[in-house]
This record gives sequence, C-alpha cells and structure tokens, in this order.
Amino acid sequence: MILLAVILIFTVFPFYYAILTSFESGSELFTVEYWFSSFDLANYRSVLSQESFLQSIWNSVFVSFSTVVIAMAFGLTAAYALGRVQFRGRGAVLMIVLSVSMFPQVAVLSGLFEVIRAMNLYNDPLALIFSYTIFTLPFTVWILTTFMRQLPKELEEAAIVDGASPLTTLFRVFIPLMWPAMATTGLLAFIAAWNEFLFALTFTLTNSERTVPVAIALITGGSQHELPWGNLMAASVIVTVPLVVLVLIFQRRIVSGLTAGAVKG
Amino acid sequence: MTHSTPAPAETEALGTSPTASSPARRRPSRVHRQRLRAAWLFLIPMLLVLAAVAGWPLLRTIWFSFTDASFASISEYNWVGLDNYLVYDDGMWFGVLADPAWWQSVWNTLFFTVVSVGLETVLGLIIALTLNAQFRGRGLIRAATLIPWAVPTIVSAKMWGWMLHDQFGIINDMLLTLGIIAEPLNWTANADLSMWAVIMVDVWKTTPFMALLTLAALQMLPSDCYEAAKVDGIHPVRVFFKVTLPLILPALMVAIIFRVLDALRVFDVIYVLTSNSEDTMSMSVYARQQLVQFQDVGYGSAASTVLFLIIALLTITYLYLGRKQIGGES
Repeated sequence: MILLAVILIFTVFPFYYAILTSFESGSELFTVEYWFSSFDLANYRSVLSQESFLQSIWNSVFVSFSTVVIAMAFGLTAAYALGRVQFRGRGAVLMIVLSVSMFPQVAVLSGLFEVIRAMNLYNDPLALIFSYTIFTLPFTVWILTTFMRQLPKELEEAAIVDGASPLTTLFRVFIPLMWPAMATTGLLAFIAAWNEFLFALTFTLTNSERTVPVAIALITGGSQHELPWGNLMAASVIVTVPLVVLVLIFQRRIVSGLTAGAVKG
Repeated sequence: MTHSTPAPAETEALGTSPTASSPARRRPSRVHRQRLRAAWLFLIPMLLVLAAVAGWPLLRTIWFSFTDASFASISEYNWVGLDNYLVYDDGMWFGVLADPAWWQSVWNTLFFTVVSVGLETVLGLIIALTLNAQFRGRGLIRAATLIPWAVPTIVSAKMWGWMLHDQFGIINDMLLTLGIIAEPLNWTANADLSMWAVIMVDVWKTTPFMALLTLAALQMLPSDCYEAAKVDGIHPVRVFFKVTLPLILPALMVAIIFRVLDALRVFDVIYVLTSNSEDTMSMSVYARQQLVQFQDVGYGSAASTVLFLIIALLTITYLYLGRKQIGGES
C-alpha cells in the first residue's frame, strides 16, 4: 500500500504542483505551499489575453492535426501493403521504416533546413507539418502494420473472390475494421507532434508562427530570477490538460498501441 | 529481415487464392500479380515522403559536413574536406573531434543515457511488479502513471525547473524540512547537480513508459510455473530472478534499447532546464548550438553526422540482435 502511494505521488505530484502554482499570484508564489490556498485565475487571464499565446495554440492544433491526417493517409496504404501482401523486399522496407524512426532529429536539421528554405516554407507552420512526418510516418506505418496483420484473412479472401480491387478492399473491408487502431495511432501521432520541440524551435522565428512548446520555452522575464512562474505554470496546465484528459480516456488503447509499437514490433 | 519470411500458410492462402484453380501452385495467379502491383503502388508514396523528409536531408547534412556552409547563406559554400572533423594546422588540432566541449558533450550524453535508462529500468520494473498484482483501484493507478508520459517534455522541464528553483522551489523546501540539507541547493545552475536535475526530470517523464512495457510483458507470462513455484514453496525473490526476469528479459531488452536510442539524441529537457551550460550539454544540444546559434552549418553538420553514425551503429546492432525477436511473432 505504501509502495502504491509512493508511485502515485511520484507520478502525479509535479503536475499537481503546477496546477497549484498556477492559481497563486503575487507574493503567494514565493512561499512554498503544499495545498490549495487560493483560486486566483489572474495567471490564466493574463496568459489567455496574449494574442501570441492563442495563436501558438492554434498553430499547434493545426500542425498536429494535419500531421496526423498525412501520416494516416500514407501510413494506411503502406500498412496494408506491408501487413497483408507478401512480396520481395518487404523486410527491407520494414527495416527502412524502423531505421528512420530511430534517426537523431539533429542529424537531418541542416539538410531539412535547406529543403524548407528551397520550398520557401521557413518560418511557416507548414514547414513543421512537412518535417514532422519524419517521425510520425514511420511510427504510424509500424503500428498500423502490426494491427493490420492481426485481422483475419477470410475477409480479404471473400473480397478478392468478389473481384474487389486492392484499393476497394482497403477502403471497404479493412478501414472499417481498423478504426480502433487508427484512433490509437492517430492519438499517439498527435501527442508526438504536439510535444515536438527541436524542429519547431529551429524552423520558426516569430511569435505568430510558433507552436505551444516553443512559446512556453521562450516565456522570459527580466532575468532568470524574474521568470513569471505563475503565468508559466498556467500556460503549462492549459497545454497539458487536454492531453491528460485524452490519455486518461483512451488509456487502454494507448497502452496497447505503445506495446504494439515497441515490444511486439 | 525475418518479416520477409512469413508463415507459410499465409502465403499459400493469399498467393493461390480460390480463383486460381490451376494445379500449378507456384505460378503467381493474376490476382496475386495484381496484389503485388498494388502493394508497390501503396508503398511508393510513403517511401517518397520518407526520402524527402529523411533520406535527402540526411545526405545533405553529411555533404554539408565537408563544407564551410553557414546558416545565413546556406547555398554558398566551399568544399573543405575533413576540416570540420579533424585538421592539423599550425601546430594545433582543430575540428569537432579535437574540441574538448564536444567530448564533454559525448561524456554528458553517455552518462545521462546510462544513469537515466538504468534508473528507469529498475523503477519501471518495481512499478510494473506492483501493478501486476490484483488490487482495487489498479486501473486508476495505471492511468495515473500515464500522466508524466503525456506531459510535453518542455512542460515537464519547466515544471521541474520551478520545483527545483533555488529559492522558492518545493524540492529544496522538502529537503530542508526533512533536515537532509542545511541550505537551499541551486539544482539547475550548480555544475555538480545540474546533470542530476536533468536525469531526475527524464526519469520522472519516461519511467511510466518503461513500467507499461514491462507490465505488458509480465501479463503475458504463463501462470502455471508460478503455481508450481508456490506449491514448491520457493521464495518470491528467487522466483523473480529465476523465472520472471529471464522470461521478460527479451521484451525488457527491446524497451531498454528503444530508450537508449532515445536518450542518446536527448535535446529538449536539457535545452530548457539548463540551456547551453557545458556541464549538461548533450551531443544534440552541441550540434544545434553550432548550427543555429553560431551559424556554422559545416561544423554543426559534422557533429550531427558523428551522432548519426553512433546511433546508426547501435540501430544496426539492435536490428541484428533483435532480428529473431522482432520476427518471432505469427
């Protein structure tokens, strides 16, 4: 029982403390409190009244959502080919996909910067959508392939007998069965894109183009000791609460998705 | 690799579909050929996208590492050969491999990787073993362990940055109250402590991932050998080391290697928590600093290429060793 309490405190406490701090203001911030003493919404008002913060939330939503849609479109067709068809070179394709997902992001930074400049997308959220496919696509292909292989082959055989083309088979037979897997994968890809920092920091320059993680990382005060901790914690809570709620709702699915991606391969 | 050797039953059933009634089982049927063509048509868009976002940029990065390109004018550069890596000039060695700050970052990254992945594995195992038991509210605690995983790394770095604040941080307050320390510690700025602060944040954030993967492996274990062990009255600790650990070791190793590869490219926790301090600078932070802050694309690309080679080598080793295991299913 004690062990359980320790685990619970260990995992939940920092987030709890961030929420607690976000409701404090003025001198309260500079006395350490363990329980809620006030519910002052001033920090939230101050953060949400900044136009650039709202804009960066919108940028994050737009970038993450688009990234998921693109990863799904390319990932589903590829997963169908990799999961359901036996062909020469299939192992090699899977290895390429897996190796790309292990790339250190910094290793493509200068090359990607050049591509983005050539496409005239520097300091544009579209550059982030483009660059995020480097990690969302391999991961989507990998997980969807795992799920795709688990579907019974009789369904597909029936479709083939009926003379359905592979594209029809994919859309009419598999995609309807894949919804749970797609929701899981989509959510994981969304979280990965929402949390991404290195590319967002490097490929955007102005406040209005930034995503939320970069906006939070760049909140500064007059000096290191004058950081507006109340605002910072309020912003952090705003950015994290939707994710935590989603994760808690879909927790079973997420666990199965994570294990499908990592353990079973 | 083993993915290309599927279960024979599957190939046969799909390769010679019911429409192909010819006795020549080896010859691919029309349906099979159509499926093969469709498979490649389905794969090519994905492969093209990966080539555009990963393959080509990687080749360009390696190319830049042999040039003196700068961030501001990336299209004008001269070939400089290996100068960015290592060059002997006027009695001195220059280049990434001669830079003490680079070697410091290599050491920092390795130290961070070994310590944090080690702690995460042990803590993850403890949490997984606890959650593997049947009790009320297990689902609740399992859900709670997902919270740190869901919190963006930047946010967790800021949250911990606040908790570890030298004057107003709750960690110092707790330690002072408990009498463990006599005066507040400056966690993120003190050279001896900052790496531990980074490790603390990383352990908090990724232990749940470890715990969940370990838990998944634990739940796949057969229960009969435990019943046998119970009947024989073998001590639980002994059962753990003799039965449980060997059985979950393959899955645990995959999780560990995933985490190691992740930890070797660590960037955001360190960048946000301790910015460009050399005491905690990782290889990724070093490379990005050269690239963006110092605008030296050639030099930064050389550092990135070295990091890529290290990770590539480990990935290849992992793929080679994990071959049997990855393809082990179905």
